[in-house]
Amino acid sequence: MLQETTTSRMKPAIALEDISKSFPGVRALSGVSLALYPGSVTALIGENGAGKSTLVKILTGIYQPGGGTIRVGGEETHFPTALSAAHAGVTAIHQETVLFDELSVAENIFLGHAPRGRFGLIDWKTLNDKARELLRRVGAEIDPTIRLRDLGIANKHMVAIARALSIDASVVIMDEPTAALSHKEIHELYELIDRLKADGKAILFISHKFDEIFRIADRYTVFRDGGMVGEGLMADVTQDQLVKMMVGRDVGQVFPKVDVAIGEPVLTVSGYRHPTEFEDINFELRRGEILGFYGLIGAGRSEFMQSLIGITRPSAGAVKLNGDVLVIRSPAEAILAGIVYVPEERGRQGAIIGLPIFQNVTLPSLQKTSRAGFLKLANEFALAREYTQRLDLRAASLDQDVGTLSGGNQQKVVIAKWLATQPKVIILDEPTKGIDIGSKAAVHAFMSELAGQGLSVIMVSSEIPEIMGMADRVIVMREGRIAGRFERSELTAEKLVRAAAGIGEAA
Amino acid sequence: MAKLLKNREVLLVIAIIALVFLIALRFPGFVAPANLARVYNDTSILIILALGQMAVILTRCIDLSMAANLALSGMVAAMINAAFPGVPIPLVILAVVALGAALGSVNGLLVWKLDIPPIVVTLGTLTIYRGLIFLLTNGAWINAHQMSDAFKALPRTPLIGFPVLSWLSVLAIAAVYLLMTRTPVGRAFFAVGGNPHAAVYTGIDVGRTRFLAYCLSGGLAGLAGYLWVSRYAVAYVDIAAGFELDIIAACVIGGISIAGGIGSVGGAVLGCLFLGVIKNALPVINISPFAQLAISGTVIIIAVAVNARTEKRKGRVILKKAEAV
Amino acid sequence: MAGLNLSPRILPDRLQSRSSRALKSWESLLLVVAVLIFAVNSFASPYFLDPWNLSDATFNFTEKALIAFAMALVIIAGEIDLSVASIIALSSTAMGLAVTMGADTPMLVVVGLGTGLLCGAVNGLLITGLGLPSIVVTIGTMSLFRGLSFIILGDQAYTGYPASFAYFGQGYVWWVFSFEFALFVLFAVVYSVLLHKTNFGRAVYAIGNNQTAALFSGVRVGRVKFILFLLTGLMAGIASICLTSRLGSTRPSIALGVELEVVTMVVLGGVSILGGSGTIPGVVLAAFIMGMVTFGFGLLNVPGIVMSIFIGVLLISVIALPILWSRARRRTAH
Repeated sequence: MLQETTTSRMKPAIALEDISKSFPGVRALSGVSLALYPGSVTALIGENGAGKSTLVKILTGIYQPGGGTIRVGGEETHFPTALSAAHAGVTAIHQETVLFDELSVAENIFLGHAPRGRFGLIDWKTLNDKARELLRRVGAEIDPTIRLRDLGIANKHMVAIARALSIDASVVIMDEPTAALSHKEIHELYELIDRLKADGKAILFISHKFDEIFRIADRYTVFRDGGMVGEGLMADVTQDQLVKMMVGRDVGQVFPKVDVAIGEPVLTVSGYRHPTEFEDINFELRRGEILGFYGLIGAGRSEFMQSLIGITRPSAGAVKLNGDVLVIRSPAEAILAGIVYVPEERGRQGAIIGLPIFQNVTLPSLQKTSRAGFLKLANEFALAREYTQRLDLRAASLDQDVGTLSGGNQQKVVIAKWLATQPKVIILDEPTKGIDIGSKAAVHAFMSELAGQGLSVIMVSSEIPEIMGMADRVIVMREGRIAGRFERSELTAEKLVRAAAGIGEAA
Repeated sequence: MAKLLKNREVLLVIAIIALVFLIALRFPGFVAPANLARVYNDTSILIILALGQMAVILTRCIDLSMAANLALSGMVAAMINAAFPGVPIPLVILAVVALGAALGSVNGLLVWKLDIPPIVVTLGTLTIYRGLIFLLTNGAWINAHQMSDAFKALPRTPLIGFPVLSWLSVLAIAAVYLLMTRTPVGRAFFAVGGNPHAAVYTGIDVGRTRFLAYCLSGGLAGLAGYLWVSRYAVAYVDIAAGFELDIIAACVIGGISIAGGIGSVGGAVLGCLFLGVIKNALPVINISPFAQLAISGTVIIIAVAVNARTEKRKGRVILKKAEAV
Repeated sequence: MAGLNLSPRILPDRLQSRSSRALKSWESLLLVVAVLIFAVNSFASPYFLDPWNLSDATFNFTEKALIAFAMALVIIAGEIDLSVASIIALSSTAMGLAVTMGADTPMLVVVGLGTGLLCGAVNGLLITGLGLPSIVVTIGTMSLFRGLSFIILGDQAYTGYPASFAYFGQGYVWWVFSFEFALFVLFAVVYSVLLHKTNFGRAVYAIGNNQTAALFSGVRVGRVKFILFLLTGLMAGIASICLTSRLGSTRPSIALGVELEVVTMVVLGGVSILGGSGTIPGVVLAAFIMGMVTFGFGLLNVPGIVMSIFIGVLLISVIALPILWSRARRRTAH
């Protein structure tokens, strides 16, 4: 306690004041403030899409804030480039390490500021020695001369941390550093963070796992929907309070969930497994049902869904659609069978932004709209109009390139594309990720309507309100396995969070 | 041992030794030190060029204009010599290296400042540079008798047992090796090609790094231009036509990934030697020299297939169990 | 249904009519350029407007344009095929070999087309089957295919093609219209329809714009790409028949460097080298422009190599100019 009061009286190493950031169609951050103190760990907590990664990008000079000020040691500063943030002593260890696989461990640590010897040439001996010393300081037994690609994810994180130390950062941001670590490695990371604290570093620790946060953090800040909803000392708060702040059920978002008579099983998946991504997936999907798949990022949900539609081959497992055994080797076969997947990464896997709306919508349905392999544009426009209208697409014309639409409207085009194939099962992967409230409501309403018409829906989502508002049943995945199954009647946010993070009931 | 076998350079050394050994079984004369030195000397120009191409490919670009640059620089060297025989040869060399670097910088600027795909830029400059030779000379040749003796003699002059040409390539290998391994620019070549996104995070200017790689390849092409023209004692529009493919072939064989970021000076040199041995061995073992093109084509395809297999990255692993294995 | 379908908005098919869009396109700019060159040429040389001279001029581009049609599809799909000139050589060599074994003209056509298809299949298998980058694979097969010609021919040449074989490169369908020109027109139509009017063409655009999204949308990416490389092989085979027939002989160095001219023609025609956009009419216009410039230079006694400088400058500037133009516009906008 004594130490806590001293830190809060200290000057923050870095302070963000009233920071805002907007993207076309989305307000990512609105007026958030955050102060990081030397020798103290601040946990940043929030659901996916709450604005955490935007904040990290502003802190590291990748994004420029739309408003507000950044102060380093009390002085107002700007980070126009990644390099300027690094010079100001801010460094980040990312979820997916942004390092160089083909270079040696030591070079990854010192790239850009390598020690030089005679004639200004890089002094590899000193470099390797210093790297070895830094790695020893972070407690990693890694030979600095081996290539980074030969390391596991845990050790890559250690290298990233060593790099942070090598540029003598005063502020260290850790973005879900334990996501891929084993129990033992997490423990080593804790010890390292303790040492960093002792060195007087200010640490921002982003994590979904409450046991970690309570173990390591001194302070907390909770984000929700781009705003700050709470901050304080970890000693003054309970896990339940944090979960409530993070989920914020009282914030009124009405979900247009309609009661639908759930029918017979449509899709049955049994014994589905993959050598590295998921295993032992069993479930049934019924007619008119919305089945939610909840889990943390990287829990294997998308990987499983993509395997279901033939992008990757499972090592074992059976799929039955309306009682018939299906073997799906490509998305084309999945579409023919009546199973469609609306991917999570809209820009990369969903929309073809260089092509017009109508061509996007009809791409998987060309067999239907064409005659003998020749395009029939009138049919295409008719089909595209029918489905985009049902989703209330806002656009100037059907001939407009998808790239010119807002994120929400792009998502409507993508969903229209899949509905136009008249599927029996539709899998929606994070259907409302990164789109505005209005479009979200339209997508949700439409999902309800589809279920009402007897379609079976799988909704992969990391947003608790969405899962709770829309799903009839929820399957929680963790580390590639099913970690919990809940009926709508027994759903609570706490149960979902606990199952996804793998923590027991609150004491 | 298994790890050593996975090493591209070691594999290439073994392949080259095996090749030489097979040839020597029937033609022992091939492994006579004098002959091996001759093979190396014959490969020297390819080595100099491949070093430059390597730098460019490392940054995820490609330089198809190297042979045209060589021809233009070589022609200019010959013209300087023919017009002013008194100009000292080192000065001529300096001039064409600068000219080559300038021609390379044109590629680099177009790639850096205008973001034009490297393949298009260098396809264009390839034809432009060759055309410029014609404009300069009106299609005329510069023959041996128009060149001064000093101009022609330099590459052949023996120095401690080897011709200057061989020594120059050794010098180029050493210099590029130092550049690639001991300077920030050299390391930036690897970083930019390996992960351009992360390079930006590290504060490296991706475009500028590519520009420098093109300057290097251009400068080396300029040097090779003088060496080529003086060695063969003739300069005309079409010298080294199609040689850009040999250069790329040597790099691909040497394990330099066309996707950027992977490669080494040793690999590039060994790739050149592999091609050099084949080229010099064909007449010895009585295979028509015309087979050389088909062989290097086949070797390119095999090399890129092998590269693709070794480069295939492990997928993201979620299951803990799998990671432990 | 929560406000859904309450106010159905009718989205128009198009805001701009197709004709007004066409007016602002790259193709119409090319058309203007073509007309200008035509005018300049007819002023510069009194011989230009002679129908037979113009007909001769078409031989400058017809063979390359045949390949350029298929190449346009390959490049729109985000790939490239640098081996086409070598396929011409190998195909020509195979026909020459067939002649020495006593093949007649129909047999020669089969051999020429078959060799082209086979080469295309080799490229396609290496690229789609093994997942190798097309630029390296086709640089490799570029050496391999021509290398095979060199192995077969050495410094020899095949001549002695049957008299009837000469028709493909030297015959006339009607008046001044050569057989090659007829092929050019035929394939311009065929490829326009294939790219712009069929499901296959739509798949090509989808792959070139976003291969992953195309795959997720049920496009059979591997199969489409394989067919594209088959098509370039086939077109190179056809071009080989025409060229061999026109020259009446085969040397291993036949059609050296033609791949650059084909790629230039495609890019000049408005096809993005990064894939995803471009049209066949654009390529047709580019073929005419390149042919007329070559012909005009020829009439003015400008050597062919100067023409190649012109092509090189053209290739870079047609890509650079739109970039500079949009940058300048952005600067004035701010």
